[in-house]
Amino acid sequence: MASLLAFLLFAGLAVVCALVALFHRSVVHSAFALLGTLLGVADLFLQLGADYLAMTQVLIYVGGILVLILFGLMLTPPDRRELRPARIFLGLAVTGAGALLFLTRMDSGAWKAAPLQELPDLANQASPTAEPIGLAFLERDSWLLAFEFASVILLAALVGAVFIARRRFRVDDEGA
Amino acid sequence: MDVPPLRTAVTILVGFGAMMSLAAGMTLVERRLSAFIQERYGPNRVGPFGLLQPLADLIKFVFKEELLPAGANPVLFKLAPALAAIPAMLTFAAIPFGFYDGRPIVVADMEIGVLYILAIGSLGVYGIILGGWASNNKYSLLGGLRASAQMVSYELSLVLSLVAVLAVTGDMNLSRIVLAQDSLWNVFTQPLACLVFLVTMFAETNRHPFDFAECEPELVGGFHTEYSGMRFALFFLGEYIAMVVMAALMAVLFFGGCDVPFLAIADTPWWAGALAMLAKTGFFLVLYVWVRWTLPRFRYDQLMWLGWRVLLPLSLLNLAVTGAWLALSGPAGPGGAH
Amino acid sequence: MLAAYAPLLAWLVLVLVFVTGLLWVTDRIGRPRPATGKADTYECGMEPVGDAHRRFSVHYYLVAVLFILFDVEALFLILWALQARELGTPGLLEVGFFLAVLAVGWLHIWRRGGLEWDR
Repeated sequence: MASLLAFLLFAGLAVVCALVALFHRSVVHSAFALLGTLLGVADLFLQLGADYLAMTQVLIYVGGILVLILFGLMLTPPDRRELRPARIFLGLAVTGAGALLFLTRMDSGAWKAAPLQELPDLANQASPTAEPIGLAFLERDSWLLAFEFASVILLAALVGAVFIARRRFRVDDEGA
Repeated sequence: MDVPPLRTAVTILVGFGAMMSLAAGMTLVERRLSAFIQERYGPNRVGPFGLLQPLADLIKFVFKEELLPAGANPVLFKLAPALAAIPAMLTFAAIPFGFYDGRPIVVADMEIGVLYILAIGSLGVYGIILGGWASNNKYSLLGGLRASAQMVSYELSLVLSLVAVLAVTGDMNLSRIVLAQDSLWNVFTQPLACLVFLVTMFAETNRHPFDFAECEPELVGGFHTEYSGMRFALFFLGEYIAMVVMAALMAVLFFGGCDVPFLAIADTPWWAGALAMLAKTGFFLVLYVWVRWTLPRFRYDQLMWLGWRVLLPLSLLNLAVTGAWLALSGPAGPGGAH
Repeated sequence: MLAAYAPLLAWLVLVLVFVTGLLWVTDRIGRPRPATGKADTYECGMEPVGDAHRRFSVHYYLVAVLFILFDVEALFLILWALQARELGTPGLLEVGFFLAVLAVGWLHIWRRGGLEWDR
C-alpha cells in the first residue's frame, strides 16, 4: 500500500518532470526539471531493493552531474544555431534510434519490465546491497578488473577536464 | 524487527517538533550568545529571557509582504526557498537520539543512514543556485554560485573523512555506529577525520568563517538578497536545520551519540541517553556561534585552497592509513566488534 | 530492510505539507502592495546595469567536474571500507592501486594549475 503510494508519487514526478525538461522553452528550467526526474528514478531503484544504487543515483546524478549541467548552461551563451533544421533532424535521428533500440529490446531477457504487482512491498525484508556489491568488486575471480579500470577512466576524465578548462582560462579571463 | 505503528507515529510527531524547536531555539541562542560575546543584551523582551522571540519572529514573517523583484522568474523564485528547506528537514529523519526499549529512537532506521544524509544533504545546493539565478540580481547569482561551488568542494572532503569512519565501524547504519562506540568513541580512533569533518561542517552549512554565500561587504546578502517574508525565513530555517543535523551527526559519528561516558549504552536509561545526545549536539551548535565571533572570514581563493589542497589530500591520507591499519590487523583487529 | 522507508515516506509527506502550508498561508495573509521602485533589483542602491544572467568563470565548471570524479571515487571506496577488515591485505592492495591512480590525477591537476582559484 505504502509502496504503491510511493511508486505513484515518484514515478509521476519523474514522468512529469521529464516532460517539462523536454518541452520547456528555457534550458535552465529544463535542467531544473531533471532534478525531479532523477529523484524519481532514485526512488524506483530503492523500491526495487537496490538501496546503495539509489543513494549513488542521488549523490552523483542529482548532487553532482546536475550541478555540472547547470554550471555548463550558465557558462555558455545562448546558441541560436541550435534551432537550425539540420541540428533538429540530427537530434531527432539519434533519440529516435535510441528509443527504437530500447523498445525492441525491452521485452527480451534482462530488460524485461516487472509488472506493477511484483513491486516489492515496503514491509518486506530485502537485504542491504552495499556489502554484496563491495565483495563482487573486490574478491578475486570477480569484477576486480572493472573496479580498477574505473579508476583509469576517472583519471582520463580528470586530465580531460583540466585540459579543456585550462584552454578556456586563456580565452576568457573573466574574474568571478 | 517491527516497530509498533503507534511508536512510529509518536516518533515522527515528536521528531518534527524537536527539529523545529531545535532550529528555532538555535536562532535565539545565536542572537543571545552573539550579544553576550559583544557585550550587548540581545532579544530579551519577548517572554522570559526572550524565549518567545522565535515565535514572535514567525508571526512577523507570516504577515510580511513578499516582494517579487522586477525581471525575476516567478515560478522558480517562489520554489527556491522550499527547495532549500526541504532537504535539510529530510536529513533530520535519519538522526538517532538514543535507544528506547532496545530500539533506536529515530524516524527512519536505515541501513545506509550515513549515505542517505550525504545524498539528501547534497540537494540543498539547488535551493541556493535556484534562488540566486531566479532573482535577476548579479549579487544573488554570484552568491549562489559561490555557495554551490563551495558546498560541492567541501562535500568531497566530508564524504572521504566519513569513509574512514565507516571503515572503522564497518557499518553505515547510524544507530549501530553509536553502539559500536560503546567502549571507545570514534574521535579517539579517527581524530583526523573528526578534524576534517569539523571544518567541512562549517563550510557545508555556509556558516562563518565560510559564509561566502552571504558575505555582506561583498555581495549585499548573496542569494537571498531579493527575498522577504516567509520565503526569506525558509532559507534560514533550512540553514539552521542543516546546522542541527551536522552538529547531531558530529555527535553520532565521533562522540558516541547517546553514549554517556563510563556507562554502557544498554544500562543507560533512555532519557539519560537522549539528554546526552542533546547535550553533545548543543555543544556543537554553540561552537557554530563561538567560531562565528572568533575567526575572521576567509578569502574565496583561500577557501578553495583549503578544500582542494589541504582537506582533500588529508582525508585521503587518513583513509589510506586507516585502511592499511584495519586490513593488516585482520578481521579481529582493533575495535573489532565483528 | 525497506521497512525503514515507510516512516520516511510519512516524514516526507509531513515536511511537504508543512512547507507548502506555510507558504500557502503566508501568500494569503501577506498581501502585496506594489509601489514604484519597490520591485527594483537591490544592488546597493545603484541602478542595475545590464543583465544579471551573465557568463562567469570557467573555474566553477572545473570544480563541478572534479567533484563528480572524486565523488564517484568515494562511492567505490565506501564499498571497500565497509569490509576493509574482512578483505584484508589483497583488498588493501587492490584499493591501493585504485587510490594511487587517482592520486596521480590529483597531482596532475595541481601541476596544471587546476586548483588555483586566483588566476
